[in-house]
Amino acid sequence: MSSTKARLVLSGISKAFGATQALAGVDLTVAPGEVLALLGENGAGKSTLMKVLSGVHQSDAGTMLVDGQPFAPADPLAARARGIAIVHQELSLCAHLSVAENICLGAWPGRWGALDRRRMEATARTALDRLGADIPLHALCGDLSPAARQLTEIARSIATEPRLLVLDEPTSSLGSHDVERLFTAVRRLQADGVSVIIISHVIEECRAVASRFVVLRDGASVAAGELAATTDDDLIRAMVGRPVTELYPHTPHQIGSEAVLEVAPGLTLHKGEILGIYGLIGAGRTELLQQLFTPPRARLAAGMGLVSEDRKGEGLLLGRSIADNLTLTRLAPYTTGGWLSAARQSAATREWITTLGVRCSGPGQAIGELSGGNQQKVAIGRLLHHGAQVLLLDEPTRGIDVGAKAQIYSLIGKLAADGAAIVMVSSYLPELLGTCDSLAVMCRGQLTPARPVAGWTREQVLASAIGNAA
Amino acid sequence: MNKMKRLLTTLGPLLALILLIIGFRLAAGEGFWSEINLRLLLSQTAIVAVGACGATLVIVAGGIDLSIGSVLALSAVGGALALRGGADPLLAAMACVGTGALCGVANGLVIAWGRLPPFVVTLGMLGIARGAAKGLADNQAVNYPSAGWIDRLMQPLPLPSDPTWVHTLVVAPGVWIAAFLTLATWLLMRQTVFGRQVYAVGSNEAAARLCGVPVRRTTVLIYLLGGAAVGLAGLLELAKLHQGDPTTAGGRELDVIAAVVIGGASLSGGTGTVIGSLIGALIMGVLRNGSQQLGWPTWAQEIIIGVVIVVAVGIDRLRHRTRT
Repeated sequence: MSSTKARLVLSGISKAFGATQALAGVDLTVAPGEVLALLGENGAGKSTLMKVLSGVHQSDAGTMLVDGQPFAPADPLAARARGIAIVHQELSLCAHLSVAENICLGAWPGRWGALDRRRMEATARTALDRLGADIPLHALCGDLSPAARQLTEIARSIATEPRLLVLDEPTSSLGSHDVERLFTAVRRLQADGVSVIIISHVIEECRAVASRFVVLRDGASVAAGELAATTDDDLIRAMVGRPVTELYPHTPHQIGSEAVLEVAPGLTLHKGEILGIYGLIGAGRTELLQQLFTPPRARLAAGMGLVSEDRKGEGLLLGRSIADNLTLTRLAPYTTGGWLSAARQSAATREWITTLGVRCSGPGQAIGELSGGNQQKVAIGRLLHHGAQVLLLDEPTRGIDVGAKAQIYSLIGKLAADGAAIVMVSSYLPELLGTCDSLAVMCRGQLTPARPVAGWTREQVLASAIGNAA
Repeated sequence: MNKMKRLLTTLGPLLALILLIIGFRLAAGEGFWSEINLRLLLSQTAIVAVGACGATLVIVAGGIDLSIGSVLALSAVGGALALRGGADPLLAAMACVGTGALCGVANGLVIAWGRLPPFVVTLGMLGIARGAAKGLADNQAVNYPSAGWIDRLMQPLPLPSDPTWVHTLVVAPGVWIAAFLTLATWLLMRQTVFGRQVYAVGSNEAAARLCGVPVRRTTVLIYLLGGAAVGLAGLLELAKLHQGDPTTAGGRELDVIAAVVIGGASLSGGTGTVIGSLIGALIMGVLRNGSQQLGWPTWAQEIIIGVVIVVAVGIDRLRHRTRT
């Protein structure tokens, strides 16, 4: 492709923050009406690259061209004026405002200060129609489903008539049905000539919607090409920088006969068993786990532990140290007569850091500074430190990168081999099929009977999840 | 379905207000339900209601103003000093509102550009404005020979000697000021771009900023208007006391914040209406007036109002919990 016809050309983009080289030479080209998948582990520089593109940061070196013209936005508004729109990973809607108000946020039409609702709603309607999304304009965003919220947010970007749309992890809060809805919308935009860059961890999803890919690693573009001509293994190798021998390492473990928990009537969990629960978002999976874990004090005392799906919200104390987070539920060993010994707490934490393979500067580092994968290791580590024998894991690999995922799977397998009983909830079917012994599917609060994973086909699981199992 | 629930959010406080009025009418009879007492009640409520108009903007935007009582006193002292200096009543009124607006701008600038939490900034202003009021007034009430029409603003009953315009108003002019200000604020928050930006900032400040809403400018304007409303309340206080008392209205901010919160606003921002705040102010006014009529001691009134605030917000939380 000749670069004069390209919608966006990045060459040699570099950016350093102090001593950290966040971007070290990124080359990337997107044609008009093309969907490009941008792959890379957390920390590979994807977010920084998008911030440079959207004018939040300015690059130290390299050039950007939009439709053949030099492009160096000083701030987000300047980028928007050139037709670059970014849908950020953190949903950024105003929950108390209507769909129409959110779509036009920041560009509300007014006449002498009075809000022109008719014009606003017409703009919002047009944007939603382009996405093929049927969302009531007057609904409050706080009342919408995650998928509708995501579509509203994309509609907001569409309303600025972008020539290039960047979707940063757009599927991380969506169930598989809604992902399809989102991709249909992306294809419509593509047909209108809008270029799209989609950032994702999930290779299958990229294949479903994008044709070409670029892999980012350590701040540089290390691979690019046609998705159809590249295997998953090659993509993962490019992302991780080394061959991942097995994404789902199987640790042999023995399922005991001792029942430890009744998950649902007729569904018992045994010692050493990994039970997977698949379901769409909103099917009631989280509610089930929380119900099993009620009341928390008594459950903890009985040797049960829960890892929340909302790691930042309710899983961890982000501002506190690794030591504080790890030992939170069992401080007794480090306490003498009410006095906590920070030295003993740190020493114990140091051992756990080694056992779990947490990458950090030490027990005193604030957990919020770690990558998602390392945070999750500590979250699971807390249950182990507590001595929990029944582990409830809600979306344990959400938002963490491929390499760290494999480590979490291997950790789960090892725990089962040590005799722990594990319930793992996920909306990512391949990891459940790869990790669990048995699987049950949840739909609208109802759980199907569990079967060994070998007894399920992908189609059967999905059909059960949307409630039309044969 | 959701519309119905949202209607209930507004109607809940109104229903509580009506029940309170019926209750006090039954319990206290004529003492409560007489023309003179109802006029008195409305005058008593007007000052809190005017302050609540500004505080609704601030709280919906996710902020808080703890300096209301002090700024109110400073404004009243400012107006009184102007009158003592021989200023025209209109000029004195502008001095009140201007003093309030100035304090508001100071709050807003430090919050928006200094990136300090509103709680801390307005806590500082609480001390600064009170100290300034006492200093300017030389630690005593500021008296003046005559305030002209300002003296008529808060009279529950017109005097026979008053001009006819005072007689035709039925209730004190200050009550009309509160009513018009509420209406104006309601229109501002509902129908203008600025008003919706107030909700956007309170709902998700980061999103508003990313989408190009001028968050800092909006914040300063919010505190300016909030301060101006407090200044207007200071004018009404001056009219009520007939002097500029630098120690007046201590803790009034709590009455105002309580009115806004009882009216359905959330302290975390994004929700609330000025009509709700007006109802909240009336609930507080009826409670206070009614218990006076029943002869309950002040300490009992204070306990009751404290309980009502907690219960009102508790019911609101409960409603939200059942909703999600």
